[in-house]
Amino acid sequence: MASTTEAVDRIRPAPVPGPARPGRPESHGRSAALFLAPFVVLYVLFIIGPALYGLVMSFFDTSMVKPGLRSFAGFDNYAEALGSSDFWHSLWHTIWFTILTTPPLVVLALVFAILAERVPRGRWFFRLAFFLPYVLPSAVVALIWLFLYTPALGLAGKIVTSVGLTEPNWLGDQNWAMVSLAITTVWWTLGFNFVLYLAGLQEIPRELYEASAIDGAGPWQQIRRVTIPLLGRTTALVVVLQIIASLKVFDQMYIMTDGGPNFSTRSVLQYIYDVGFTSYRTGYAAAASTLFFLVVLAISAVWLMLTRRQSLGWAAKAGGEG
Amino acid sequence: MTAHGPHRSTDSAPHLTRRGLLRAAFAGAGFAALAGCSTPVGAGLANTRLDPGTVDYWNLFGGGDGVRMQQMEDGYRKAHPDTKLQAVTLSWGDPYYTKLSLATVGGKPPNVAVSHLTRMKTLVQAGLLQELHPDDLARHGMTPDKFNQRAWQASLVDGKIYAIPIDTHPFVLFYNTDVCEKAGLLDSNGQLVPIVGEEAFADALTKVKQVTGAYGATHGINADSASCWRLFQTFYSQLEGEVLAENGTEIVLDDAKAKRVLDYLRSLTVEKGLIPVSDYQGAIALFADGKAGFHLNGEWEITTFQTAKMPFSMTLVPNVFGGPHAVQADSHTLVLPVLPGQDHAQLDLSLGFVKSMLDQSDVWAAGGHVPAWQPYASSDAYRQLNPQHSYAAAADTAVYDPPGWYSGSGSVFETIMGSAVGGVESGQFSPDVAIAQIRSKLSVLAKTAPPV
Repeated sequence: MASTTEAVDRIRPAPVPGPARPGRPESHGRSAALFLAPFVVLYVLFIIGPALYGLVMSFFDTSMVKPGLRSFAGFDNYAEALGSSDFWHSLWHTIWFTILTTPPLVVLALVFAILAERVPRGRWFFRLAFFLPYVLPSAVVALIWLFLYTPALGLAGKIVTSVGLTEPNWLGDQNWAMVSLAITTVWWTLGFNFVLYLAGLQEIPRELYEASAIDGAGPWQQIRRVTIPLLGRTTALVVVLQIIASLKVFDQMYIMTDGGPNFSTRSVLQYIYDVGFTSYRTGYAAAASTLFFLVVLAISAVWLMLTRRQSLGWAAKAGGEG
Repeated sequence: MTAHGPHRSTDSAPHLTRRGLLRAAFAGAGFAALAGCSTPVGAGLANTRLDPGTVDYWNLFGGGDGVRMQQMEDGYRKAHPDTKLQAVTLSWGDPYYTKLSLATVGGKPPNVAVSHLTRMKTLVQAGLLQELHPDDLARHGMTPDKFNQRAWQASLVDGKIYAIPIDTHPFVLFYNTDVCEKAGLLDSNGQLVPIVGEEAFADALTKVKQVTGAYGATHGINADSASCWRLFQTFYSQLEGEVLAENGTEIVLDDAKAKRVLDYLRSLTVEKGLIPVSDYQGAIALFADGKAGFHLNGEWEITTFQTAKMPFSMTLVPNVFGGPHAVQADSHTLVLPVLPGQDHAQLDLSLGFVKSMLDQSDVWAAGGHVPAWQPYASSDAYRQLNPQHSYAAAADTAVYDPPGWYSGSGSVFETIMGSAVGGVESGQFSPDVAIAQIRSKLSVLAKTAPPV
C-alpha cells in the first residue's frame, strides 16, 4: 500500500507554495470565450433550445403536421404517459435490455483485456479483432445479425443445432428477441470497454506484480488482489458509460425487430419516436421524453453519489491526508 | 531538438509544415464545397435548389416489384434524356411515411412520391399533399375515365383529386406446379383446382407436405405483421367481419369470427405444422427452394420467383370460409407533396413523370400488380399475360384497410393486428389473449384525438 502512494507521488509534481495569484489577465478570458463561442452557439441552438421547446410543447396538444403549439393540455400528456401501459412496457424493455447487456459488457471486456494484455506476441491482432466491430455503423451490424438470426437458414441456428439443441426463434419469440438483441449489442460494443480496460491495465505498475510474485501470489490471486482493485476507477467509468448508453438504445430494435415481436423489444426511445414522428403527436411524445429524461437523471444522480464517496476516498489516499 | 543528431528532413529541401498542411486542407475543402453546391448533398447543406429540370421521386418498392420500378425509371430516363430523375427507395412501411411526412413538413419533399391509397387520406388530412386539378391532369392525358373506377373513386377525398392510382395489389396464392402436380391438386389444364372450405385447404396443404417432406405452405410470420394482418383480413372478410368503424373511433371487431379465423390459423401452424414460422425473406426462400408447395403473399413477389426460375403459378386465395369472395388489398398511388415555391414548369415535369409511369403499366403489370390504367388493363396484351390475368378479378373483390388516422398499409393499426395474429401463429399465446390484446391496444388509439 505504501509503495502505491509513493509511486503516485513521484508522478505528480509537488504543489506550488505561496499566495494565490491575482485574477487572470483579461485577454485570456476573451480569447477563451471566442474559441468556445462556436460550440456554445451550436449547443444552445441544437440541444438546449429544442430541449426547452420540447418541455413547453409537452404541455400542449402539439401535432407535427399542424402549425404552432395548438391547444393547451396542462398535465394531460403526462397523465396519459404515466397511465399508458405501452409507455411503462417500453421503459421496462429498456431497463431489461440494460440489465442484459451491462454485466457481460463489463465482465467480458475485463476478461478479454486481461487476456490480450498477457499475449506475448501478436497483441496488435487481438486488439484489432476485439475493437473492429465497434467501428461498424449500427445498420451494418443489424443487417449482419439479421442474416445470422434467419430462422432455419441462418448461421446462428446452424451452430445451435449442430450441438444438438433446438434452435430458438431468435427474433420472433417474445422471450428470446431481447436476448438476441443483447447478444448482438455485446458483440458490437465490447471493443470500446475493452480499449478502456486496456488503457487502465497499462497504468498498473509492473513492480506490483513482481512484488506480489515474490510474496508467493499465483496469477489468479494477482488478478483478484492487484489488477481488479487498481482498475476501480476504470470500472466505474465503464459501468456508468454502459448504463447510460444502454438506456439510450434505439438502432438495434428499430432495424432488427421494429420493436417486435408484438412490441416486446420496443425501447423508450422507439416508443417516443413512434408516437411523436410516426403518429404525429409531438406534444405527447415530448411529455414522454421529459419523463424519460427524469428517469435517466435519477439513475445518473444515484451513480454520482455512489462514486463520489469512492473518488473522495481515492483523493484522500493520493494526497496523503486523512 | 535540433541540437541532438540529424532529424528527418533537411532545411534546404521543401518539407511539409503544419501551416502548409492546414492551408492546403482549407483550400481543398473550399474547392470541394464550391464544386458540390449543385449536388444533392451540397444543395442540402447550402440550402440551394437542385438543378431545375430534376424530378425527385421517392418510393418504397423493395421486393420483386422494386426491380420493375427501376426498369420503369430507366424507361423514363431513356424517353426524357434532358430531365434528371433522382429516385430513392426507402424502407417499406412506417419508416417511409414518417420520412415523407417529415420531409414535407420541413419544406423539402420529393416532387413525386408513392403512397398507399389507405395512407393517402391521412396525408391529405395532415395537409401534406397538393390538390391535383383536372385541367392540369387532362393536359397530360390523365382523365378519370382512363382509370379503374373502383380505385379512382376510392382515391378521391371530398370529391377532390389528390392521388393518381397506378394499381391494385391483392393478396394471392402462389403454388409450385411441380409439387402440386405430384400431390394431385392440378386439373387437366395444369391449373390449381379451386379449393373451397377449411378442410379442403388443410387437406391440400397436407398432401403437399407429404410431397415436399418439409412444409405445406409458407408466409411471413416473424417480424412481419403486415403479412399476418393480410392473411387474417382475407379470411376475416370472407366471414364478412369488420374491425373499425366511424373513421377509426369505434372498434367493431366480431370476437366470434375473429376467434374462428385465429383458431384455424393456429391449427395450420402450431397443431399440424403445415406452415412453418419464418420471416418474410425466409418464407420466400423456402418456397423458392421447393420446401413448400404454397406461398401466401402479395402478387408483387412474382418477379422474385421468375428470377429464381422455379415452376410456379398464381391464383386467387381460396374461399376458405365460404361467403362472398374477399381478399385483402391496397392500391399504390402517385402523389405530389406540397412543395413551397413550386412553379408551373416543375408541376408539368412531375405530372409528366406520373404519366410516364402509367404508360409503362405493362412493365408494372409484369411485376404482378393489377394495373389501374385502363388503356393497358383492358388491352389484349394484358388479357394474355399469365399468370397475372388469373387473379385480376381480385381487384374487384378487394377489401381495403378500414379508414382511420392510424390505419393503412404499414401503419400502427396493421402492426397491432399483425403482431397479435403472428403471436397466435407462432404459438406464443392463445386466440383469446390475442383478441383481448387487440381490443386493449386499439381502444387506446380509438380514444386518442387525431393529430391531423
